[in-house]
Amino acid sequence: MADAGVPRAGRPVRPFPPGEPVPPEEPAWRRPADGLRAYGLIVGMWTRSALAYRLSFVMMTFGNGALTALDFAAVAIIFGHTTRLGGFSLAQTAFLYGTSGMAIGLADLLLGSMDGLGQRVRDGTLDAMLVRPVPVFVQVAADRFALRRLGRVSQAALVLAWSLSRLDVAWTPGTVLLLPVMLVSGAAIFSAVFTLGAAFQFRFGDASEVQNSFTYGGNALTQYPPTVFAKELVRGATFVVPLAFVNWLPATLILGTPQPLGLPRWVDWVSPLVAAAVCAAAAVAWQAGLRSYRSTGS
Amino acid sequence: MGVYRAVLAGGFRRYATYRVATLAGVFTNAVFGMIMAYTYIALWRVRPHLGGYDETQAVTFVWLGQALLTTTALMGGGCETELINRIRTGDVAIDLYRPVDLQGWWLATDLGRAAFQVVGRGVLPMAVAALLFPLAWPSSPLVWLAFLVAVALGVVVSFAVRYLVALVAFWLLDGAGVVILSNLVALFFSGMVLPLTVFPGALGTAARVLPWSALLQVPADVFLGRAGGAAGVLGRLAFQAAWAAVLLGAGRLMQSVATRKVVVQGG
Repeated sequence: MADAGVPRAGRPVRPFPPGEPVPPEEPAWRRPADGLRAYGLIVGMWTRSALAYRLSFVMMTFGNGALTALDFAAVAIIFGHTTRLGGFSLAQTAFLYGTSGMAIGLADLLLGSMDGLGQRVRDGTLDAMLVRPVPVFVQVAADRFALRRLGRVSQAALVLAWSLSRLDVAWTPGTVLLLPVMLVSGAAIFSAVFTLGAAFQFRFGDASEVQNSFTYGGNALTQYPPTVFAKELVRGATFVVPLAFVNWLPATLILGTPQPLGLPRWVDWVSPLVAAAVCAAAAVAWQAGLRSYRSTGS
Repeated sequence: MGVYRAVLAGGFRRYATYRVATLAGVFTNAVFGMIMAYTYIALWRVRPHLGGYDETQAVTFVWLGQALLTTTALMGGGCETELINRIRTGDVAIDLYRPVDLQGWWLATDLGRAAFQVVGRGVLPMAVAALLFPLAWPSSPLVWLAFLVAVALGVVVSFAVRYLVALVAFWLLDGAGVVILSNLVALFFSGMVLPLTVFPGALGTAARVLPWSALLQVPADVFLGRAGGAAGVLGRLAFQAAWAAVLLGAGRLMQSVATRKVVVQGG
């Protein structure tokens, strides 16, 4: 145990006094449970701290929902001037808005503070996370957890519920199942994008704002019909950063709208597979980023 | 005046230091600008001349919004968070016994910030936009001059509002909630979400006389030649100047109440 005190990235290290028996490694199946427990503890801490200023917390939660509601106000004003945008009705656009908003809202709630990683790299506080016996990913994900972000999720859920009440959908068992599946897959895709962005910040911390282009920018993109955008942009959002799988493609099955790129119909069902693939890619990128981390030494 | 000039230069240099961050910001501006431009094009295709703009002008409006986003702090991000932190920690006591006026000090910092951002975060997104879309450029140098004055006045109005917001922290201590709400209002009533001329009925009328229209709608109308001749342009600039005077005055009043009645947090 010569190197017991030296933090190695990504692996919890517990220094044991010499002579004492080293306890056996925990079995692998315990680790995710421990990680989740740690996540819960950190989240609880930040929530209690946010509730210390109650009025401010209420204003922030309301503001968080209202901020995204403004996007919908824009949609509503646009549809005050026209009945169709890119061939989509208000209810259909609201469906896209609600599904995209819930997907990113959940990802933002669970690990939306990861964009603060660059700051931690810059001021050296990430080093403290490396020596704690909790996975770094869990600590970064739960860092400055903000319960106020429920505001965004609830607002998007309301819009989604409203759109479903207005839409005339020919529900089948498949499409009924597809709705929750697309929300979870969408949240997973956005989570992967958040994680990829954070991994990128290990090297380019100052460029953290680029991440916003893909997360919040992706949300702004997918809340409008794909027919509004240039084909290259839709292709980019399908094949490069697979945001089209958050809602554009699965929504065609529920709304009965045409497939934006004329791809085979089975593509509209594969969001969960795409989500799994980008999550795997994000995990690899995160490991690589963490391993390449060099402390600023301050 | 020498002190304020030095503080202003300091504000400029401080923001100019983070070049990579500026480039990253420009990239984000470009992405959002592109997404919004396409939605505007879709709308203006079905409703040409909506709000008095043709399609090219509408697209130009989008990019002016991206170019002024950080300059007139449409989503916040100027000095208010820092001032709030100083109020919460009690450091503001040090600021108060400096032989410089508190409001003047922060205004100078903010002008320095804006002076950098109009170049760093304003010119570059417009250059990107010019490569991607046809834009409606001003034909006369006088319009450019009037536009720059409108932007400068917009920055002062924006600062005056954010200063008021920051001072609320003397009473609430945690200003994060007020900042979020204030940014929200600024975003919506500046024209960043949609041009105010597109807002329906009374909402549109109200939005155009509120101070936030000085942040984007007025500079954009001057730029696009939608202010209506020289008299119209001067009228718009006077509108901005009036709001700047009123809000700065309100800031002074609130500052004197805060410093007389409120006990500074110690540590």
